[in-house]
Amino acid sequence: MTNIIIFTILTLSLLGLVLAIVLYYVAKKFKVKEDPRIDIVEAIMPGANCGGCGQAGCRAFAEAVVKAGNLDTLFCPVGGNDVMKKVAGAMGYEVAEKDPMVAVVRCSGSFEKRPRTNIYDGRSSCAVMSSLYAGDTGCLYGCLGQGDCVSACKFGAISMDPETGLPVVDEEKCTACGACVAACPKNIIELRKKGFKSRRLYVSCMNQEKGGVARKSCAAACIGCGLCEKACPFDAVHVNNFLAYIDFTKCKLCRKCYDACPTGAIHALNFPPRPAAAAVKPAASAEPVSGTAN
Amino acid sequence: MKTFSIGGVHPNDYKLAADAPIENLPIPDIAYISMSQHLGVPAIPVVAVGDKVKVGQLIANAGGFISAPVHSSVSGTVKKIGPVKDLSGKEVNTVTIETEGDEWIDTIDRSGDIVREIKLDSKQIIERIKECGVVGLGGATFPTCVKLSPPPGCKAEFLIINGAECEPYLTSDYRVMMEMPEQIIIGAAIMMKALGVSKGFIGVEDNKPEAIEKLGAFEKDYPGIKVVPLKKKYPQGGEKQLIDAVVGRKVPSMGLPIATGSVVQNIGTTLAVYEAVQKNKPLFEGIMTVTGNCAPGQKNFRHRVGTPLSKIAEYAGGIPEEAVKILSGGPMMGKAISNMDAPTLKGSSSILYLTEEQTKRKEETFCIKCGKCIQACPMGLEPYLLNKLGRINDMEGLEENRIFDCIECGCCQFTCPAYIPLLDTIRIQKGRVMRIIKNRPKK
Repeated sequence: MTNIIIFTILTLSLLGLVLAIVLYYVAKKFKVKEDPRIDIVEAIMPGANCGGCGQAGCRAFAEAVVKAGNLDTLFCPVGGNDVMKKVAGAMGYEVAEKDPMVAVVRCSGSFEKRPRTNIYDGRSSCAVMSSLYAGDTGCLYGCLGQGDCVSACKFGAISMDPETGLPVVDEEKCTACGACVAACPKNIIELRKKGFKSRRLYVSCMNQEKGGVARKSCAAACIGCGLCEKACPFDAVHVNNFLAYIDFTKCKLCRKCYDACPTGAIHALNFPPRPAAAAVKPAASAEPVSGTAN
Repeated sequence: MKTFSIGGVHPNDYKLAADAPIENLPIPDIAYISMSQHLGVPAIPVVAVGDKVKVGQLIANAGGFISAPVHSSVSGTVKKIGPVKDLSGKEVNTVTIETEGDEWIDTIDRSGDIVREIKLDSKQIIERIKECGVVGLGGATFPTCVKLSPPPGCKAEFLIINGAECEPYLTSDYRVMMEMPEQIIIGAAIMMKALGVSKGFIGVEDNKPEAIEKLGAFEKDYPGIKVVPLKKKYPQGGEKQLIDAVVGRKVPSMGLPIATGSVVQNIGTTLAVYEAVQKNKPLFEGIMTVTGNCAPGQKNFRHRVGTPLSKIAEYAGGIPEEAVKILSGGPMMGKAISNMDAPTLKGSSSILYLTEEQTKRKEETFCIKCGKCIQACPMGLEPYLLNKLGRINDMEGLEENRIFDCIECGCCQFTCPAYIPLLDTIRIQKGRVMRIIKNRPKK
């Protein structure tokens, strides 16, 4: 009986020893040399693995950083300038500061503004819905309201507003990774410069139909009247295909276009309330000037 | 009796309009003629605003190889060339013509005589079909001339005419077979000549015994053409299923039907081919059914392409109150109409009214792995698995499980006891997988 126990222990120990030696040499022989800097950079990364930088994840980004030798084409939108500075410091690279960005939803077609013309009863997905038809309102450019952007967001920054049926971006949580931009089949969501004190001006509409047609399907539509284009002193607003677009690289946040817009399609966010004398706002007065995001 | 070998379902066939003879619809006051009435590149207009056109006159040239020319269906003045919303609310380039009278171009033979002698040779037939803008009217609207010119290395052995009309409610093909059986047989003979084949089959489901009899009466006059009765089962009229049912060959995965030596054409297409080749009449008319359990009348109409759907509905007795959903096409594969002002196309087959009870989607519950969808799938796929992989965007898994073979017949969703919208997911992911495969660098 004791013999059996002793032999068993001996055999197993011997086997273990032999295999350990074999494994040791194999591991030495086939060792993959990895740049230790990859680990350093990866430790700095936020670890969200969101893919917002265009790489497969944070480790892939770190590998790309080490391989590229500079930071010209690489930027982590989640970490922003702080993380990029740290990466540059660790690697000894130069880094140019980028403007922080945020996602904006360019549609104002709430239930109230944009009447439903039919009822959709398929699978609750914008991708499925847009493959089937133009949408359940008269506007074929507007938000479908099935929330593909909400499920695409890994940071919980987008939610559907049950009152308007439109997605709302939480500026604090949004990292500008661009997942929602890619998920939206109507290309409504855009990454825009966060702006001074988060103040932003943008055309919250994508409708490229003629004014009358657009207005018929949605009361908040951009009708392409061009008043904003004329009002802008900085050449930042242009109307193409009956749709205005504010170039955020040129916009100086003067709000002249916002005042000129007859339909309230231009949204102004996070601006302080105006002094009483200047607050002459005829048509767009229903729009909240500050306080709410989108 | 013959049928396809795997899968299939048995929906109630509701051929309510089967006994309604084809009526001519009045010519519309304004015709909206879409430039995208076929699969592939939209046609390019060759008329300008203000031009006078006649019925049958060419108004747009084919935009590419997979494309088809478009002809005017009315005589009058071109008022506008620009986007008009189609039945799904999307904008399509359209030629709008205001009707004045009904003046046809002289080359069209408008007599009622049946022309039996086929004068043109193979090349001329294909050229004529191309010029007349004939497209497949079974649903996909694929240009017929392309189908009749097999790619190099492939040899056609049979022509199969699809008279299955397996979709419930639709009766337009049935009426054509009943009222114009000899034209169909001649149309088949024309296409057999174009393809250089000696065998032609007309597959008809056994719920249409009178059509089988009518067509069968001409078998002896036209040797080589045989009418094949098929057992009623959906999707009998699917191209791959029909080849399997009639000649017993399987189309390979990712392959074309021509790989089995078969060319399949629909009944409506066959009639269009007959009219194009024997009567020199371009495709600007179509046969469509207006039906539904709550419809004010069961009708079959010959419509001019470009007639607004709302005008047709009005003529047929108005849209019933009970109709909560209106489809273009059959209930299995048809498309819901969200814009009734949209015009008819070459391939329009029906206006179908469905009641709330018929359309209501029951609440989706969990998949219990009962396997009913696998049993029903005529392509031998596993829809429940494709749905599962599709929801997590596992593209490799979807490709491994042959999502690209899905014919979007809807059998899985029809049969699912948990009311899971299987096809909704599969259809969208199939498109994505196909794009990935297409963009992959060739080895």
